[in-house]
Amino acid sequence: MLEIKNLQVSYGAIPALHGISLSVKAGSIVTLIGANGAGKTTALKAISGLLKPKTGEILYEGKNIAGLPPHHIVKLGLSHVPEGRMIFTNLTVLENLQLGAYLEKDRRVIRRELEHVFGLFPRLQERQPQLAGTLSGGEQQMLAIGRALMGRPRLLLLDEPSLGLAPLLIKTIFEKIVEINREQGLTVLLVEQNANLALEISHFGYVLETGRIALSGESASLRQNPQVQSAYLGG
Amino acid sequence: MNIRHAKTFLLGALALGFLVSVAASHFNSYWLFITYDIAINVILAVSLNLINGYTGQFSLGHAGFMAVGAYTAAVITNQFGDLNPFAAGAVFSGALLAGGALAAGAGLLVGIPTLRLRGDYLAIVTLGFGEIIRVIFQNMQGVGGARGLSVAHGWTDFFWAFGAAAAAVYVVAALVHSTYGRGFLAVRDDEVAASAMGINPVRYKVTAFVVGAFFAGVAGGLYAHSKQFITPGGFNFMQSVSIVVMVILGGMGNTVGVILAAVLLTLLPEFLRPIAEYRMILYSLLLVVLMLARPQGLFTFRKQGDAK
Repeated sequence: MLEIKNLQVSYGAIPALHGISLSVKAGSIVTLIGANGAGKTTALKAISGLLKPKTGEILYEGKNIAGLPPHHIVKLGLSHVPEGRMIFTNLTVLENLQLGAYLEKDRRVIRRELEHVFGLFPRLQERQPQLAGTLSGGEQQMLAIGRALMGRPRLLLLDEPSLGLAPLLIKTIFEKIVEINREQGLTVLLVEQNANLALEISHFGYVLETGRIALSGESASLRQNPQVQSAYLGG
Repeated sequence: MNIRHAKTFLLGALALGFLVSVAASHFNSYWLFITYDIAINVILAVSLNLINGYTGQFSLGHAGFMAVGAYTAAVITNQFGDLNPFAAGAVFSGALLAGGALAAGAGLLVGIPTLRLRGDYLAIVTLGFGEIIRVIFQNMQGVGGARGLSVAHGWTDFFWAFGAAAAAVYVVAALVHSTYGRGFLAVRDDEVAASAMGINPVRYKVTAFVVGAFFAGVAGGLYAHSKQFITPGGFNFMQSVSIVVMVILGGMGNTVGVILAAVLLTLLPEFLRPIAEYRMILYSLLLVVLMLARPQGLFTFRKQGDAK
């Protein structure tokens, strides 16, 4: 579904990604793990168009989307849940969700998606009229994911959903990610620092080190890899 | 203000405007002219609120757009002699629209290159633009240069002033409260997240600038035909600032609040006239006190003044 070939991204003169290649199969959860500054977020931003890649191809369903503006990429069914959630804090929960379906004109579809998101995150239904900025961190993350789902994506890019959340909440969020993947067959590309959890729920994993792919493989086998264990799993 | 309120406001203002314009000859003309000022300031404040309040940009060049509209409309109507009321109405509306259109063009011109700028930088660039416009008019001998331009017709009356004000309020309210318009609020809150939702921030910012500038141009046309004499100095930096003050005082992104602030700030200096030279000191002091007491805006009572 997504095929990245030799992607290079720089911030000004400073290179962040030195040509990475990876692929995401339809219907799977693929994770990109690595330390701070490894280039995980940069990779996601380049895919969703928030950053312009220097060179390389990003093939989404066979089409090269590298360098397209983000609002074009969203139209193709690719939703990005940015790091740090980036919800619209001065709008209500409901308005945030409606903005997620910004490109959808059919009100019935929007209502159906809203029901679906509320089914997934009942807490959001209770908080509909509340300003999003007054939600707790976990609720904001739910809102960010729900907002992305409102656009009915086929590929969901999740950036650090566990950031700053209590362990119990992280578990809930990850369970929801698995549920969305299993029940709707939504393909997920997950960027995480919490390598343990990420490898637990994903099918395939890539380890990013200072802008290069250091390792890749089935998530189950990566978890057994001594290198990964010592560097990321605290073993 | 939701869209139903906006429609009621529109019809109410039109009806009131018509009735009062019929009876206008019975009013004290000093106060009559102040009511025109109120309407003109409402248009300016509401249109700037679309740019500064709802879209989260910071423009300090609103007087520049107003100048474009004022000079355009004045030059057009000066071509005509005395006309019967119907012909005058047609010429005046055409001139106002032309002034608005040219100002909107100027808005587009400023909007596109400045889109990459935010906050302070955008404020500086728009400030510079406003001054450039003023200096251009100052050096254009065809429109009187620094001596100013006499406007032959005093066509601005209650009907025109409040009709245009109602139209401005209606358009801004309708724009912001549509599904499309929620994009303005999204761009204000978080541009990156907005583009991740499929919103094109560039388009929203340009739209805000163009629509805002259009109404500033219309306000300029009304101003020219109310005062019947315009000078480049009337559209200086202080004029831009006073519009910004109305928006901030009313509460950024709060249409009702901004309207009330425009009314209040037009009347306040008039009421302070008896104390003569202390007037502007007291006016400034009042502003400082108001801002300290209600930084969120004088008329913002919920955090999001009129989200619904």
